[in-house]
Amino acid sequence: MDNQKESIAFLRAANAPTMPPPVSDRGVIGWLRANLFASPRDSVLSILVLLLLVWVVPPIFKWAVTNAVWNGTSRDDCIGPEVGACWAFVKAKFGQFIYGRYPIEERWRVNLTGLLLIIGLVPIAMPTVPYKRENAVYLLIVFPILAFILLTGQLGLEPVETSRWGGLLVTLVVAIVGIVVSFPLGILLALGRRSEMPVIKMFSIIFIEFWRGVPLITVLFMSSVMLPLFLPADVSFDKLLRALIGVALFSSAYMAEVIRGGLQAIPKGQYEAANAMGLTFWQGTRLVTMPQALTLVIPGIVNTFIGLFKDTSLVLIIGLFDLLGIVQQNMTDPNWISPVTPATGFVFAAFVFFIFCFGMSRYSAYMERRLDTGHKR
Amino acid sequence: MNKSILTAVVGAAAFAGLGAAAASAATLDDVKAKGFVQCGVSTGLAGFSAPNDAGDWTGLDVDLCRGVAAAIFGDPKAVKFSPLSAKERFTALQSGEIDVLSRNTTWTMSRDTELGLNFAGVNYYDGQGFMVRKSLGVNSALQLSGASVCVQTGTTTELNLTDYFKANNMTYNPVVFEKLEEVNSAYDANRCDVYTTDQSGLYSIRLGLSAPDDHMVLPEIISKEPLGPAVRQGDDQWFSIVKWVHYAMLNAEEMGITKANVDEMVTSTDPNVMRLLGKEGTFGEAIGIGNDWAYNVIKQVGNYGEIFEANVGASTPLGIARGVNALWSKGGLQYAPPIR
Repeated sequence: MDNQKESIAFLRAANAPTMPPPVSDRGVIGWLRANLFASPRDSVLSILVLLLLVWVVPPIFKWAVTNAVWNGTSRDDCIGPEVGACWAFVKAKFGQFIYGRYPIEERWRVNLTGLLLIIGLVPIAMPTVPYKRENAVYLLIVFPILAFILLTGQLGLEPVETSRWGGLLVTLVVAIVGIVVSFPLGILLALGRRSEMPVIKMFSIIFIEFWRGVPLITVLFMSSVMLPLFLPADVSFDKLLRALIGVALFSSAYMAEVIRGGLQAIPKGQYEAANAMGLTFWQGTRLVTMPQALTLVIPGIVNTFIGLFKDTSLVLIIGLFDLLGIVQQNMTDPNWISPVTPATGFVFAAFVFFIFCFGMSRYSAYMERRLDTGHKR
Repeated sequence: MNKSILTAVVGAAAFAGLGAAAASAATLDDVKAKGFVQCGVSTGLAGFSAPNDAGDWTGLDVDLCRGVAAAIFGDPKAVKFSPLSAKERFTALQSGEIDVLSRNTTWTMSRDTELGLNFAGVNYYDGQGFMVRKSLGVNSALQLSGASVCVQTGTTTELNLTDYFKANNMTYNPVVFEKLEEVNSAYDANRCDVYTTDQSGLYSIRLGLSAPDDHMVLPEIISKEPLGPAVRQGDDQWFSIVKWVHYAMLNAEEMGITKANVDEMVTSTDPNVMRLLGKEGTFGEAIGIGNDWAYNVIKQVGNYGEIFEANVGASTPLGIARGVNALWSKGGLQYAPPIR
């Protein structure tokens, strides 16, 4: 045995040091090889996309940044053969884009309302923050009252009629009211449609099918053109209120169908189990079926919300100026008409809409991951 | 209660085009009670009603409403504006949502009769015109034979164009598009020699071209589009007020009374001026407002020439020539009856 040990020329006593993977498999090169140039077909596609980017991005950058006009007081600054975006237009009109024609000295009220909303919204959106119940009470009861007082001007504040509201303010008011009203209403309608009580079921079906059957633009148009003819001359229904009611009812019909889809996806056993536990219908719905149904249809719900957010632009046809409407209106200011003004205005509006819609989308993705609905089935 | 039902019925009837009788009377009393004039304007039309940087409404149509407010309250700010789409505008007036519609609305017979409106005058004589490149070397529409013309399809503009060229024994190549934006970009991209639409529109379209100064609007107007303020039928007093505010602005221009010199003109001994400015007679009382009504209109808003220049005239980016909108004494169509 000893002999044998000595006959071995070399005995490794420790593990060989770990070598890094070859250069071609790591770092930037490795990533490129794995993701962009894994096969000849991938390589061709990657190069084509790269060429497309080289072709598209520099002109956009040139238009939006290097050739753009950042400062100026009128159209004269935005005229020229090579002029890009006229950001000076957005700068001069920024106040209107956000607040509409809300009196300048009263705009702090809009800002304060926005701040109050953020104070309520941020903690309720973060799952780790406690006091959810109090937070919800603040957001759904206290905040709307405060917002109403501040925005319309109650309790001795200077009244500001809604025809002077505009811009992002109107977009957010319509979208938030639509979302907040349509969600609970949609849940009730979805339950109603699945109910075995004929009157409730019939009512829910008629309601949902009616509102889904007419275009939103028709609803808004009827509310602004036909309704005044049937009302006495001295009764004037606030235009914004008409739009809010129309949008809320309209989107609750869509919401109801999304939620019904979730309810139908839950196995029958869940309902039976809830019954077997001795839970009443409302308890079973609240504790067993509805939470499951809602988590299942998060993508559908957010889809409806985003659609609703973008549909707010339709209020333009009844003479309310949401963000897009006020941007378009300001394009007609003779002081600012130029070949680049419309493009600049639309890019700005698109950017603002994108921020909000993308934000909603990311938050829903986060909630989905947290509730882990994607891996359940 | 009765009044309410009547208004609703009348409004519905008018909407259906069945003809309308008297709407609610005494608009002036309502206006005085609420303290402001509710004025319907467009949702944005350069020079006629558009917001400025501060968010205030400006324009020719807007100033007419400010004039009415100045005549009644002595304050041109006592007016609230309702931006209206083309479809909403008549309903808004019929239903009483607005007191006066000053929204680049063409005065036509059917609107004047069936729709139950009264047009109180013409504050801008518009009509179809032509825009060409200066490099074309053309200075009259009659020289356009053989030209290619950009026009929006399916509009009366297209029909007028055909008639005009046929009547003058000229030929043209139509280049038609569905949307106004398409017509704009086609013309800007040199796909046609001539652009035709309403003349006031041509001036604002010109501003959006890549080199506005290379283009000119030809003097000819080939159709009639008289734009003016409208009120509901059945309230003659209110109709008179709006009508005479417009006439007062015209008379003031004719007499040379401006915003700047109206305070000196008050002491004038010219009987025409004295009657206009309320120093003689009780013309204001006759329509239910103060005798210094015209003084207020001129002092606070200006005469017609002044508001034209300030909103659409040569000193503005639009640079619209007075043309047919000059006073009758200067070869135009703007004519006001005398005050006596």
